Amino acid sequence: MTVHKGTANQLTRVLGAGSLVTVALTALFGLWLTPPDAVQGQLVRLIYVHPAAATACYVGFGLCALASLAYLWPRTRSRRWDRLAAASAEVGVVFCVITLATGSIWGRGSWGVWWTWDARLTLTALLCAVFLGYLALRRTGGNPESRALTSAIVAVVCVALVPIDHYATSWWTTLHQGDTLMRANPLIHGSQLYTMLLSFVAVGLVFSWLVVHRYRVEVLEDRFEEEGFAVAIAERRAEASAAVQDRPAESAVVGPGPAVAASSSSAGSEMGRDGEVSE
Amino acid sequence: MWRDALLVGGKDLRIEIRGRVATMQVAPYAMLVLLLFGFAFDQDHNLLTQAAPGLFWVAVLLSSLLAVQRSFAIEATDGTRDGLRLSGLDPAGIFLGKVAAVVIELVALEVLLGVGVVVLFGTRLHDPALLVVSALVASVGLAAAGTVYGMIASGVRGRETLLPLLVLPVVAPVLLAATQCWMAALGSSTTDGWRWLSLLVAFGVIYLALGVVSFSTLVEET
Repeated sequence: MTVHKGTANQLTRVLGAGSLVTVALTALFGLWLTPPDAVQGQLVRLIYVHPAAATACYVGFGLCALASLAYLWPRTRSRRWDRLAAASAEVGVVFCVITLATGSIWGRGSWGVWWTWDARLTLTALLCAVFLGYLALRRTGGNPESRALTSAIVAVVCVALVPIDHYATSWWTTLHQGDTLMRANPLIHGSQLYTMLLSFVAVGLVFSWLVVHRYRVEVLEDRFEEEGFAVAIAERRAEASAAVQDRPAESAVVGPGPAVAASSSSAGSEMGRDGEVSE
Repeated sequence: MWRDALLVGGKDLRIEIRGRVATMQVAPYAMLVLLLFGFAFDQDHNLLTQAAPGLFWVAVLLSSLLAVQRSFAIEATDGTRDGLRLSGLDPAGIFLGKVAAVVIELVALEVLLGVGVVVLFGTRLHDPALLVVSALVASVGLAAAGTVYGMIASGVRGRETLLPLLVLPVVAPVLLAATQCWMAALGSSTTDGWRWLSLLVAFGVIYLALGVVSFSTLVEET
């Protein structure tokens, strides 16, 4: 079995470096170089995080649904799609939480409340809860094939319900408050626009970097489940045969009587040493 | 398929009637939830009347989880799942039968809770047709979604905690729509209840269709 040092390779290193640079640039532009907004003041800086994170969250969930569909389709059924669904759903939830948190901070400064029952807010919160359930289902273990199948069904069902959720939340909120407050969005231009576009590039890179790594962790987990036991047995066997090979040399020095004790102690030390080596 | 559905639904209901779990545990639990809402709102009669539709549907939602859990708990013991799998019954029929049984339990529960709401919270009726139709359609939606997720959760570890996490966010639109329907039907709001009813119908149809399509896979794989 080849030893994996990690989940990185040339591609992810480039991706990771690109993410770091663009995130740093976005922070530099977003926090220092762009001016505060005439209406919203410093609060406008959240648009360098929030829209990009929201897009990444929806892309993640959409990708999860597409990959699940591909898994359910008999001709394209492959564990790859299942892994992609798992990776993108998890990264999607991370960005969903970032979206809700930054949206909430913006709401506090702009509307005076941490939370309002706006249609989009409610829908995003519902989606977050739905995909947390999906991730919980994935973590329940069991046979990987049947887990992949049931979680693919759940993901497709969850996304199929997005239109219903959309209507429910928008009808509901229009009943409670005549106008959605998102319209207070100011027109942006110049350096603000470029910084916002840069933030989309940065979040896009971070998103793909995370998904690739998460996908490879899935691959390693699968390999561990499939080969882990066999590898462990092979290692123990190798130790035992190494201990047996040690024995004649020692017995030649010590003699037949104490040789048993010597070999057993050498086997013991071998085990102890191996505990460190196998790490 | 319909014959199989009748068989499975009849079997589930017979077990519930004989076992008396639904009548002795689920129904008292639902009434208890209503009472607790009364405590939480501190005897404020106006507030309770205003919030009655929402509280009613939250109580139904929580009880529907128990009903769904029961519906699959009776398949968990003595290898009945394998028996069901080997019985040659159409999986879609099994699904529809289970949904029908849960719907009937929920409707009985809703009648009881409805009386409870009238007695405890002092609500008045405005549009009984909308009330009854929306309750029926919402029950179908709840039962269909619950049965799909009940089947998924029944085969895994930690199903008791997983089921609410899976079901509650998914049936949130049912809670919203049914509450709005009932607010219109009880005359406590001027919303167009029938428009909300269309949402309930759409939800029910989507979940019934998904259940019929996916249940054979779920029966085999979980």
